[in-house]
Amino acid sequence: MLLIPCPYCGERPEIEFAYGGEAHLARPPRPEELTDEQWARYLYVRRNPRGRHAERWRHLRGCGRFFNAIRDTTTDRIAATYRIGEPPP
Amino acid sequence: MSAYRTASGGRVDRARTLRFRFDGDAYEGLAGDTLASALLANGVHLVGRSFKYHRPRGILTAGAEEPNALVTVRRDAARETPNLRATQVELYDGLEASSQNRWPSLGFDLGRVNDLLSPLFPAGFYYKTFMWPRSAWVKLYEPLIRRAAGLGRAPALPDPDRYEQRHAHCDVLVVGGGAAGLAAARSAADAGARVILCDEQPEFGGALLDGGPAHVDGFAAGDWLARAIAALAGHPRVRLLPRTTAFGYFPHNSVALVERLTDHLADPPADGARERLWQVRAREVVLAAGAIEQPLVFPGNDRPGVMLAGAAKTYLRRYGVRAGTRAALVTTTDAACLAALDLHAAGVEVAVIADLRPAATGAWAEAARRAGIEVLAGATVNGTQGGKRVTGITVGGRTLDCDLVLMSGGWVPSVHLFSQSRGRLTFSDSARSFVPSQSAERERSAGACRGVYGLAAALADGAAAGLAAARARGYAGTAHRYEVAGEAGTREAPGAPPREPAGGGAKAFVDFQNDVTTRDLALAAQEGFRSIEHVKRYTTVGMATDQGKTSNLNTLGLVAVRLGRTVPEVGHTTFRMPYTPVTFGALAGAARGELFDPVRTTPMHDSAVAQGAVFEDVGQWKRARYFPQAGEDMHVAVARECLAVRRACGLFDASTLGKIAVVGPDAAEFLNRLYVNDFTGLAAGRCRYGILLREDGFIYDDGVIARLAPDRFHVTTTTGGAARVLAMMEDYRQTEWPELAVWLTSTTEQWAVIALQGPDARRVLQALAPAMDLSPAALPHMAVAHGRVAGIAAMVFRVSFTGELGYEINVPAVHGRRVWDAACEAGGQGITPYGTEAMHVLRAEKGYIIVGQDTDGTATPDDAGLGWAVGRKKPDFVGKRSIARAAMAAPDRKQLVGLRTRDPQRVLEEGAQLMHLPGLRPPARPVGHVTSSYASAALGHSIALAMVAGGRARIGQPLYVPMPGGEIEVEVTKPVFYDPEGGRLHA
Repeated sequence: MLLIPCPYCGERPEIEFAYGGEAHLARPPRPEELTDEQWARYLYVRRNPRGRHAERWRHLRGCGRFFNAIRDTTTDRIAATYRIGEPPP
Repeated sequence: MSAYRTASGGRVDRARTLRFRFDGDAYEGLAGDTLASALLANGVHLVGRSFKYHRPRGILTAGAEEPNALVTVRRDAARETPNLRATQVELYDGLEASSQNRWPSLGFDLGRVNDLLSPLFPAGFYYKTFMWPRSAWVKLYEPLIRRAAGLGRAPALPDPDRYEQRHAHCDVLVVGGGAAGLAAARSAADAGARVILCDEQPEFGGALLDGGPAHVDGFAAGDWLARAIAALAGHPRVRLLPRTTAFGYFPHNSVALVERLTDHLADPPADGARERLWQVRAREVVLAAGAIEQPLVFPGNDRPGVMLAGAAKTYLRRYGVRAGTRAALVTTTDAACLAALDLHAAGVEVAVIADLRPAATGAWAEAARRAGIEVLAGATVNGTQGGKRVTGITVGGRTLDCDLVLMSGGWVPSVHLFSQSRGRLTFSDSARSFVPSQSAERERSAGACRGVYGLAAALADGAAAGLAAARARGYAGTAHRYEVAGEAGTREAPGAPPREPAGGGAKAFVDFQNDVTTRDLALAAQEGFRSIEHVKRYTTVGMATDQGKTSNLNTLGLVAVRLGRTVPEVGHTTFRMPYTPVTFGALAGAARGELFDPVRTTPMHDSAVAQGAVFEDVGQWKRARYFPQAGEDMHVAVARECLAVRRACGLFDASTLGKIAVVGPDAAEFLNRLYVNDFTGLAAGRCRYGILLREDGFIYDDGVIARLAPDRFHVTTTTGGAARVLAMMEDYRQTEWPELAVWLTSTTEQWAVIALQGPDARRVLQALAPAMDLSPAALPHMAVAHGRVAGIAAMVFRVSFTGELGYEINVPAVHGRRVWDAACEAGGQGITPYGTEAMHVLRAEKGYIIVGQDTDGTATPDDAGLGWAVGRKKPDFVGKRSIARAAMAAPDRKQLVGLRTRDPQRVLEEGAQLMHLPGLRPPARPVGHVTSSYASAALGHSIALAMVAGGRARIGQPLYVPMPGGEIEVEVTKPVFYDPEGGRLHA
């Protein structure tokens, strides 16, 4: 069970959180200008890296806030957490 | 005293005799025995039958790595635990154990025929056989194979015992209480760290429990051990957990332990817990898990009486048991000769020591020769003799009598937990096995589990590791330096790789528990399996409950030879938790029975109970399904309830539906961006039926949304969708549109919702709310009114899920029951409570969908006939771009339609498939399926909703439903059956 450092609450066990998928996926401001392929990329295609991954977590059973995290997908080490809207460190 | 028990020595209490039964036979043992040591003390070696071939099997080891001696221990009818390793069952007075996997008896097992038919059962036989005839699979093959599979039998009664769970935090967790672990715990605790030290055995000490001539810090080994344990037990920063197995290593130093509290007691306390699960979060971990001796691979290496040399030494030194009278030792290490010398000194004849290596010139081999024992080098074992007990061994063509064969393939570090922690292993040439090389967590290994053998070395290694762990945590200190003298016989790494026996003689076993032989591994290589992962799964080697503790390295050695590679090149498979099996009870803890899942009830629950309601589970909620009156079954009750709603007035508890308060200056804009409907144009005091899509354009949830004020909306969701709709809203609010001033609050449990539906609904509501203006002008369909209902301040929505005149009364939950009861009284005979079953029928008669029943996550609004709800003038909303795709308007998409059966009384089965022509069979594909189906009392015939490819174009056409009892013909209709004009809604 991961120990996740919520930027608002500190280190809490994984069971208090809901995973939020890849981070920094801004919804296209004008979807009508995208082709079907471009829209499909936004919907479905993810980086899925081996290693450093910027992702979102929500402290569902705590403060309820979303935040971003950099987690290594092979070691599960969380290198950093930062607020929504901030750039990755 | 039996012939096999020594007169003195060991840690057993010779003054306390215990009685026990094995397979019904009565025996005696001593306090401190395990079931295995006690059986050996009685000369019993045959303890089970092997998995596939039902070969007689005996005790191979003295510890957790035991693959053969799996027994069932019975306390009473409800407490019968299968698949326990006899080597780890602590003996108590009155213990009852039985062997497994044999019929009719251990001594005469009919399953033995499998051994004789073994050419039919090589690895992977089930991929190649039992194929024909196909019909025989269901009736014959599968039931037979299923009954033959497995070892023990699962208990037939519920587990009556209680299991506890605890969380613990510490600075340093030390796993393993042998020399290295004890030293690590001491140095960490002395430096100031809080330490948890656990060991699977009832006593700490590991290999030290075998005694021996060594002295530590001036004390005899056993003496030193007692002092070291006492010092730790008295240490304020140390928690000692004996009988506790660390079985799983999880991310971020989360380690799971299971502590066995009562299995060793003759009379466990009635109210005590049987086991305790510890979820430990450790800042630092020291693994001191020790090493495991490996067997050798030769023909006939699995007979009862063939065991590991180290195990025989442990039985002698720790339990005072001679495992036989005349022994042969087969070895690839020199240190194993010490076991033979020990037995020799204890009165066991040693017929021969057969070293499989070219030369046998080590110190212990020489000592054996001096003791008069024949030592052969470059030996080859041709086979063993004996049925239910070994009687002889053939070495280099010579057959020697013996009743005990000891084998030692060397020692291998136990890297299970390290591997579970995702640490990287490398092959060590000096250890001739895989050792921990790179930690993935804040962890380090010490002692034999990283290939450091010997008492002095283990103590030093453990002390250093414990100190390093404490330092990593910020403590400072020095490690005690242990003075060790007179140490004898260190363990050794494997001396030679395993070899496939020549020719087609008797089976040579690699994995004892899964009955995998060298021939199976050869077959896998022959059939082209190159990856060790494939070889493992194809042959099932290493896949039994012992997870290859005594087979992994031999497997790698044999596979490497076959593939022409080295062992490091072949690599190794992954270890997974649990290290040894864990009871379901320990993992479930208190989450059983009524505590398994929370039960959610509505404020009106007790009234419904009093009214005789039959309930159904909707998620965690209890919802009244129907309210049977005397003598009614569900069918009759539902028909009565439906007619009551259509003709008079029904009363329905809608409290379980999700409710979300969406509040703020940008509330309307927020809902506008999220739902398909236009909400900016919704006036305060009005309701709208909202549809929520995912970004991929498919229906996610639906519900009525009421605008209470310019900046306040009351959003409802389906019962099952409440949590996920709120989660989706929060996601967009926090991360996509943080600039909007809007806040969300779940109010599902704050409001009780009482629905009145039917032509008399207005009259009933007026009686409850005399001061409210309920005229059609003041409260039209889809409008909101506020007032007092039964004296309680309420929000009243004029909405209908039945197609009749209807109202939903929202009151604070604490008043829900009062208003419900008041409604029943006000309505008198003219009001009928109805449940979810009738609700389903009534809405289906009107073609109203239920998200998740008529839709399945792949339906667009247009598919469900709800295209009218989509706001035309909105620039964007969630899912808009997706439904604009050409594929989303394809004419052959599954569309919602109605179905009428040719025989109007025939009710279709939900989920039934629809074919476009009569008499079709697979591989013909269906064109759709039935999503909802009911008998309609109001209409007098069956109705159904279905999703059918190009359904709307098929209206008026027949379709066919293939069923086991015969095909049913239906006609496709519009999905509205009752009052299609909708006039009754606007009464």
